[in-house]
Amino acid sequence: MIDFWVSVLALSILLYVLLDGFDLGVGILYGLARENRYRRAMMSAIAPVWDGNETWLIVTGVVLWGAFPVVYATLFSAFYLPLLFMLAGLILRGVSFEFRDKARHLPWVWDFGFGGGSFVAAFMQGTMVGALVQGLPLVNGNYAGGPFSWLSPFSVLCGGGLCLGYALLGACWLVRKSDGDIQSTAFRLIPALSLSSLAVLAVVFLLALTENLRVLDRWIERPYLLAFPLIGIVAGIALASSVKQRREKAPFILVAVTFAAAFGTFVLSFLPYMIPFSITINEAAAPQSTLAFMFWGEGLFVLPLMLLYTVISYRVFRGKTGTSPAYL
Amino acid sequence: MHVTALLLSRLQFAFTISFHIIFPSFTIGVAAWLTFLEVLYQATGRPTYRTVFEFWLKIFAVAFGIGVVTGIVMAFQFGTNWSVLARLSGPIQGPLISYETFTAFFLEASFFGILLFGRTRVPPWFYLLSTAMVALGTTLSAYWIIVNNSWMQVPTGYVVSHGTYFPVDWPQILFNPVARVRFPHMLFASYLTGTFCVAATGAWYVLRRQFNAESRVMLHMGLYLAAVLIPVQLFFGHLVGDYVHDRQPVKFAAIEGRWHDEQPASEVLIALPNPAAETNRYEIKVPVLGSVIGSLSLNSKEIGLTDFPRADRPPVIIPFLAFRLMVGCGIVMLLIAWVGTYLSRKQRLEQNRPLMWLTFLSFPLPFIAILTGWFTAEVGRQPWTIYGVLRTEDAVTPILTTSAAIISLVTYCFVYTLIGTFGALFIYRLLRKGPGGPLTVPPIAAFPRRPLALANEPILEK
Repeated sequence: MIDFWVSVLALSILLYVLLDGFDLGVGILYGLARENRYRRAMMSAIAPVWDGNETWLIVTGVVLWGAFPVVYATLFSAFYLPLLFMLAGLILRGVSFEFRDKARHLPWVWDFGFGGGSFVAAFMQGTMVGALVQGLPLVNGNYAGGPFSWLSPFSVLCGGGLCLGYALLGACWLVRKSDGDIQSTAFRLIPALSLSSLAVLAVVFLLALTENLRVLDRWIERPYLLAFPLIGIVAGIALASSVKQRREKAPFILVAVTFAAAFGTFVLSFLPYMIPFSITINEAAAPQSTLAFMFWGEGLFVLPLMLLYTVISYRVFRGKTGTSPAYL
Repeated sequence: MHVTALLLSRLQFAFTISFHIIFPSFTIGVAAWLTFLEVLYQATGRPTYRTVFEFWLKIFAVAFGIGVVTGIVMAFQFGTNWSVLARLSGPIQGPLISYETFTAFFLEASFFGILLFGRTRVPPWFYLLSTAMVALGTTLSAYWIIVNNSWMQVPTGYVVSHGTYFPVDWPQILFNPVARVRFPHMLFASYLTGTFCVAATGAWYVLRRQFNAESRVMLHMGLYLAAVLIPVQLFFGHLVGDYVHDRQPVKFAAIEGRWHDEQPASEVLIALPNPAAETNRYEIKVPVLGSVIGSLSLNSKEIGLTDFPRADRPPVIIPFLAFRLMVGCGIVMLLIAWVGTYLSRKQRLEQNRPLMWLTFLSFPLPFIAILTGWFTAEVGRQPWTIYGVLRTEDAVTPILTTSAAIISLVTYCFVYTLIGTFGALFIYRLLRKGPGGPLTVPPIAAFPRRPLALANEPILEK
């Protein structure tokens, strides 16, 4: 039962990162785009799906609380401010998205809300991951840091790295969903974004190894873990060639594979710890009666339905949606 | 009062949850109203029912969207501000909240899309079924929330082990007798919210001499339904009062404004409680009625607040006044609904302009009643978060600093005000435009996850 809920948690985090990742990325690029025509096409490219993508954030939150209450309580109270800024960013971009074309006045306010909100949300997520890797100050399983303990050069680097990574996902999504000069601009962005985010990833990885020798130990203990970075590198090479050939669908999938590989590397480096080197999965898990109660309803029935529904909704909106201002 | 992270966290929770509850209670009521209309439409084939249905569907979509957005924060707030509570009761409250989320998703995934965009694509019976399932889904969401809150009012079906609360009897938690009376109380409150908003909208159009056929449907049906629902609601309110009387005597004494034991007890109609002096000022009371209300007897002894140490008493003024405000709103609504129904039977309803104004202006009443009812329940539970088990001051995140709590409170106030302003403007424009016009044509990117796309009207156009 614990394994089941750990898998659900991992799946929902990965789905969140991949799905909301690309629409946050499009949001970040949106903030940088100059022309209104570009902006409209970018919004149309994510319009049908962005809200559904955020569902997985909520699923992550409530599954964490129900199945691993200790982790929920510790992490959420430790990340008080970054979570606040992330939520405010997400809500702000959602509101801007919906109201931009309904309120005919002050379009720049909504543009700023959409681009800025996306950036803040992405940056905060990366920062929290960075702080988690670096290790939270815990005493007897209770968070003992201050409101800004999560903020460090390392975590800021991670925040910036995730923004680059999300922007890369977003550019690949635009390649898939748009055409004409928007598509070629997105194509042009991919090499720079992928190289810079890979560089940040490598630096982060090396810093984590040198700062935290226990991670290095794990890699020496489990050499098969190297498969994950290898998958990432192969996907990266394939990405370069697919961009060169101007293929529309492959880049997004390849970047998604790279993300999944990085996520796998990250998770396996710390297993069985949920909060690195202080709280393990078994320590954090809720009692059997709780996990079973969750399993027989939401785990067995609703979750498969949600997955099915996600697949269906992407199939319904397959093809080019970010071309003409049909929606807006 | 000293400003602490505890006080700020309580204010923040009160603010965000009060803001949030407005939208779910409205959508539960409107979803039931839509189902009712669809049944009428399919039974009679009268096009007016369909026009009114399409009109309220748009408003439903907007309110639903705002309810979802404002609810997101709630799923995080237990962990950020109430980490001790989240850790201790996580094995019980976590699954209940997660079921609520999953239920809401289940509803969207299956039927919400059909309700919004499927009218012409599915057979009528299936469309009706989808409408009813959406109504059922919003109702189930409310059920999980009430079960969760009822467990905090009267915890049951658990043991304490290693400092955390372990669920041992889920049926007892899910079918907590307290939840069984509070759930219908909340449900009927939501239905009343729906009917009063509908009736008020109808009255507004009558006053503006617009949408003759549609306004009649809204006005008359809204008032008829309310006239029937309010007595039922009063009955369940009485049952809720019974549970408070038996299970939370100190809350009951606070609501009654009763400081000392009395036999037979009088009922304080209105007063200003003075906690420092442990008396009431400007008190108007009726002898013996307190015993009748409390125990249905003429000479029962009713407990007063001074039986409990000061540290275990809730702040008296808020539950005392909030309760009276709630009951007052209920009585005004009852009068409007009954007089309106009477005039409607006499065919004189629309001619009565004062009553039209009164009905139109009554739309805030159900919302005020819901908010004050929750204030009574939640403030009355203090100083406990989980009644008798965990004090609020012990439930708050211990490392939370005052400055961090101020930042979050200000941020949420700003964000929610923004959402609220635009949501209200949006709904106002839909109401102003009124029913009718071309039937809904789904825009290309319309999707159940984006209900606002249905009501694709500019809101700030001049």
